[in-house]
Amino acid sequence: MEYIIQLVLSFIATASFGIIFNAPKNTLFHCGVVGALGWVIYLAFTNQGVDVVPASFVASFVIAMIAHMYAKRFKTPMLIFSVAGIIPLVPGGMAYNTMRHVVEKDYTQSIEFAVKTSLITGAIVMGLVFAEVFMQLIFTMLRRKKYASKTNS
Amino acid sequence: MAHNKEEELAINCFLLAGRLLVQSGAETYRAEDTMMRMAQSQGYVDAQSFVTPTGIIFSAGHERPTRIAQIPSRTTDLEKISLVNNVSRGLTSKQLTVEKAYEELLRIERTNFFFPVWVQILASAIASACFLILFKGIYADMPAAFVAGGIGFIVFYAIHSLTRVKFFAEFTGALFVGIIAFFSVEFGFGAELDKIIIGSVMPLVPGVPIANAVRDLMAGHFVSGVAKGVEAFLTATAIGAGVALVLAF
Repeated sequence: MEYIIQLVLSFIATASFGIIFNAPKNTLFHCGVVGALGWVIYLAFTNQGVDVVPASFVASFVIAMIAHMYAKRFKTPMLIFSVAGIIPLVPGGMAYNTMRHVVEKDYTQSIEFAVKTSLITGAIVMGLVFAEVFMQLIFTMLRRKKYASKTNS
Repeated sequence: MAHNKEEELAINCFLLAGRLLVQSGAETYRAEDTMMRMAQSQGYVDAQSFVTPTGIIFSAGHERPTRIAQIPSRTTDLEKISLVNNVSRGLTSKQLTVEKAYEELLRIERTNFFFPVWVQILASAIASACFLILFKGIYADMPAAFVAGGIGFIVFYAIHSLTRVKFFAEFTGALFVGIIAFFSVEFGFGAELDKIIIGSVMPLVPGVPIANAVRDLMAGHFVSGVAKGVEAFLTATAIGAGVALVLAF
């Protein structure tokens, strides 16, 4: 039940971000789907006790893969689907805690949060880049196969 | 110089496409790639482009002119990226002539594709309320986050269109989010100040610029990556300062 609520809410949140970022109107629904799936994966991993950094990595990897598939289907840049999709993963809470501890003059704690924030950001981007490289590998392999079968026949 | 009107038009067309892409928040490599593809499809095989977030240098090749386009400001406008991408596809597959493509790009530049302001405000208010729950807040705080997120975005939008100073607008937006969250907790409309602020500040948080910055760095576009990273960092600091001001009391 909790997962269904989270799925719906993250779908609405991501689609709303699609509106703020002015995604094309016919892709808003798919933006929401990408974000919701990414968030549920992240949630499932963190609920199993996995650290937030690897969980963010896996979630953003999946987001980028789905975004790539949608991008092929709609013939638009994949950025359109991934941008709103990664928003729920952005460590806003961590960044907030960093700032809060700075205000409270608790600098050691704030540095801990700052490092965690940058680690999560790095993990999200790594997920995106890995997915891109992975997709490129698959496509070049498929193209080679096609080429080979053509020359053989 | 052996260049003519046709060449001039083509170069203007490529530059405009690149400029629109960077202005709308596309990755640097996409802008470069699009310009090169368009140029090569029109026979400018030794063309070169150098894209940074604040300007583009494009050379059509040896013995041919080089042009610069300045880029004063950047936003996130995914629809424009998608439309420019379509034009570039049309040009490279020879479905569009250079004249047609240039006209199309000029039309894209002039048109405002953004959703009406009230829709954007409503979207950020709804997103804020949803994020509150995603970040493990309680349902009773949702109205407070809805109002704080909506008003924070209104303040950001109003100040940004008045002063054109983005960082100041973000600072004031975050400040209002903090003030509203603080008073809603004070008067019993909300319970957890932290969660309300985190949820409501999300529409202002520079998630996309940060991701784009690291993305550019990994692709080897160090100038763009560092510049975008600094922009994102300034935004984050502005938001942080706005929230901190409220927390300090």
